[in-house]
Amino acid sequence: MRKVAIIGIGMTKFGNLWERDLVSLAVEAGAKACKDAGVDKDKIQAIYGGTMSGGLFVSQEHIGALLADYSGLKNIPSTRVEAACASGGLALRQAYLDIASGMHDLVVAGGVEKMTDIGGGAATNTLATAASQEWEAVQGATFPGLYAMIAKLHMKRYGTTERQMALCAVKNHKNALNNPNAQFRRQITVEGVMKSTRIADPVKLFDCSPISDGAASVVLASEKAAEKFSKNPVWIKASGHATDTLSLHDREDITTLKATVEAAKQAYSQANLKPADIDCVEVHDCFTIAEICAIEDLGFCKKGEGGKFVEKGNTKINGKIPVNTSGGLKAKGHPIGASGIAQAIEAVLQLRRHAKGRQVDTEYAMTHNVGGTGATAVVHIFGREK
Amino acid sequence: MTVPQIWRKIPQFYNLYGKKCSSCNKLYFPPRDICVECGDHKLENFKFRGKGNIITYTIIRTPLSDPEGELIDRPAREIPYILAVIELEEGPRLTSEIVDCSPDEVKIGKKVESVFRKIVEKGPKGVIQYGYKFRLSG
Repeated sequence: MRKVAIIGIGMTKFGNLWERDLVSLAVEAGAKACKDAGVDKDKIQAIYGGTMSGGLFVSQEHIGALLADYSGLKNIPSTRVEAACASGGLALRQAYLDIASGMHDLVVAGGVEKMTDIGGGAATNTLATAASQEWEAVQGATFPGLYAMIAKLHMKRYGTTERQMALCAVKNHKNALNNPNAQFRRQITVEGVMKSTRIADPVKLFDCSPISDGAASVVLASEKAAEKFSKNPVWIKASGHATDTLSLHDREDITTLKATVEAAKQAYSQANLKPADIDCVEVHDCFTIAEICAIEDLGFCKKGEGGKFVEKGNTKINGKIPVNTSGGLKAKGHPIGASGIAQAIEAVLQLRRHAKGRQVDTEYAMTHNVGGTGATAVVHIFGREK
Repeated sequence: MTVPQIWRKIPQFYNLYGKKCSSCNKLYFPPRDICVECGDHKLENFKFRGKGNIITYTIIRTPLSDPEGELIDRPAREIPYILAVIELEEGPRLTSEIVDCSPDEVKIGKKVESVFRKIVEKGPKGVIQYGYKFRLSG
């Protein structure tokens, strides 16, 4: 396996971008990433693009070829990667494996989703395709509903409270104040979260990540190419990927995302690191309970203690392990396919010391991207040293 | 779900038919073609009794919906509704709606039994999908 670096990053603003279409978002992010890398686009040898459902959101499939075509990268191999909300993280992993294998030296990993062209109800329905259609969605399950059932059991078993969950949202909104690309740049309060519209008890509107448009891209390079093009490469120290049952009800334990546990185990082992070595982490906070489960399943605290860990301030920007310095999915926005790549961009910004207003003293940064209710998990670790 | 998709699942939706592994006796609902425990491909039909208990639940107040009715079917349920993960007496777990009670009556651990109900109406002239829901059984 060859070493792989990220040498360029680029993303669009996340939000309700009415005037933009899927292609223009993806092309903007890709062009920015190439410019940041100082690489002429003609040097790019392959693309891996993460997107969950071009088909249901904008009636467009065959996204791989589309990305290469409109990026002006004639005839290069371009692959669309889909793993529901983990599509971006998995696209990054495929690009990493491509270079690590020796196949190519310069590859773009991107992610894009255009979610606001259809109504909120239809978008919720599209998201529900990440769960089992026959055994969950048709029975009445929505994504907020499925995560609500995780939360309900977590509360019953471990005493986790709605206020502890709300603290995750408040903290992520505070972090997003310093992220110019974030969808929501306004402070919210615990009381505001508690009073927000009830979606699926105990999940309220402000516990949920939003519906967003956006794209993100990174340029990956082999050691040789990184030395040639980059003064500040960020190295991918580990790439973990695991799966679990598609349906929540089939899990060994409903409050544990075993795919996260297994992907993290692979990543820690590859990088020869432990949770205490990680300086900041972007976790998949599609709902606030997901952030609490992630902190536990990635090993930053014991199972069941996530709520108290958050309450003590450990996940704040100056805490023991800053979580979601970018604002997370909650406040930065969650254009499904782009989220996994945007997480990697935050890791790169932290390691380059370019995370203005939210900088953490970082030697190692981690990203954690989840598909569905935990049927896919992708965990990466990044570092400054080769 | 399209009509053929529904038609193929009638034994499961109407009568809770799952599978039993001929080698290791492991039970599955929904059915599987390969036993996860022993890897055997020989699984026989097994009818579940439809009795179980609530593992976890939620009260859904914002459902799947599509005002234009173009993209999705109209679910045959009122708002709010109760969704639960249920563990059947025989072992497997499934996701289903809890009916015939108010949200306050539902608790983790309560016993439930299956009932036969309307699940989805495919428009005013389309087919109606029937299947299992559950109610509290004291």
